[in-house]
Amino acid sequence: MEIIAKDLEANDQRPTTMSKPAKDLDKRERIVKRIARELRDGFYVNLGIGMPTLVANHVPSGIQVVLQSENGMLGIGPYPIEGQEDPDLINAGKETVSEMPGTSYFSSTDSFAMIRGGHIDLSVLGAMEVDEEGSIANWTIPGKMIKGMGGAMDLVASARRVIVAMEHTTREGQPKILKKCTLPLTGSKVVDTIVTEMAYIRVTPTGLVLEEIAVALTFDDVQRATEARLIPSPTLRTMEA
Amino acid sequence: MNKVVANSEDAIRDVPDGSTIMIGGFGLCGIPENLIRALARKGTKNLTTISNNVGVDGYGMGLLLAAGQIHRHIGSYVGENKLLEQMVLEKKIDLELAPQGTFSERIRAGGAGIPAFFTPTGFGTIVADNKETRDFDGRMYVMEHALKADFAFVKAWKGDKWGNLVYRKTARNFNPMMATAAKITIAEVEYLVEVGEIDPDLVHTPGIYVKRIFQGEQYERRIERKTVRPVVGC
Repeated sequence: MEIIAKDLEANDQRPTTMSKPAKDLDKRERIVKRIARELRDGFYVNLGIGMPTLVANHVPSGIQVVLQSENGMLGIGPYPIEGQEDPDLINAGKETVSEMPGTSYFSSTDSFAMIRGGHIDLSVLGAMEVDEEGSIANWTIPGKMIKGMGGAMDLVASARRVIVAMEHTTREGQPKILKKCTLPLTGSKVVDTIVTEMAYIRVTPTGLVLEEIAVALTFDDVQRATEARLIPSPTLRTMEA
Repeated sequence: MNKVVANSEDAIRDVPDGSTIMIGGFGLCGIPENLIRALARKGTKNLTTISNNVGVDGYGMGLLLAAGQIHRHIGSYVGENKLLEQMVLEKKIDLELAPQGTFSERIRAGGAGIPAFFTPTGFGTIVADNKETRDFDGRMYVMEHALKADFAFVKAWKGDKWGNLVYRKTARNFNPMMATAAKITIAEVEYLVEVGEIDPDLVHTPGIYVKRIFQGEQYERRIERKTVRPVVGC
């Protein structure tokens, strides 16, 4: 897995990341680095399209994780070397990838059987909104945007742990962590953890517990950027970079 | 037994207007390019298509969409189709979106004689609206119905003249289930071989499901998002 991490790191010039302003890149980097610290040896992990994919760049050394792609693959490797890309070998974001030793391929039905059957240890995905009950919305804006849910609904319903990776507020500075989602849900009460550039938040039956705050921010700073009420953890600490 | 047809035109000769057609592929990976092109040329109208995506604007199933041949579509993700989004917002096409796992399982069920099943996916979302829900062992599930089609267009890497199919890498995706769920399954392959040439242990789709097979031509195998790493530093 160290090989993957190194190889993927060499590939930061992806159009999806380079088109973002440098400040956003930095935010995203902090989010995915923090999430990578949740990985454990032997985990089978599904990383969503976009920012979550970048978690693969920061797998801690000394552990092995296997990346699942819901289009029918276990063992996603780094992007191929120029000239070695294979149209028959893509990830769920339709990007060309390579295979690792130990890779397996299977049909979409087998893929979702392993997802629905609870065999995926961790699912990391982005969101437009998350609320204090752990409900998540990320697939459509009625009347404006029709994207489709793809595999997200199956992943949030049945992965053993669901982590949302997203920027804390919208581009306009509006909160994305709400009392109640306003958009059509991807899943109801399914999110375990929310990681943003400002905070690490655990979803509990009594509400959102703020476990970690980014360097130089206060509880009030995070609360002001959050519509839902945050509960300070008794062990509230600074988010490790 | 003669399942081999000359080409894509011959393979779809009897596809009438108003057909329901399953089309394999994930994005542009593993799509039956020849059959889609033939269907666009034939101009068959009023189609219900069942496919995870709808190609991209101007390529793959995007051709059928642009020609106004699709009146209803069932799939899970249409984020690559600006035209489709516009057509849906203008109510020019009827779109049913299903979670990808539910979508694939509905097709599997359709081919396996299972009329409906319960899944936890989508409970508490609009996907579960007007559907039966039930508690099993303290967890809530949504009832979903099987999908079947008049025709299935599938793409395999290799196939023999009896229709035994082998897929390659992630080009497998929805093709194996779709092959089982239609009255007439048509397979196009990159390599058509003699019966007995494929190791029986390596067959992904047994020939029983395939009614017609032909070797496709001019495969473009277009890449939707080419992502590579530089040679230096590896």
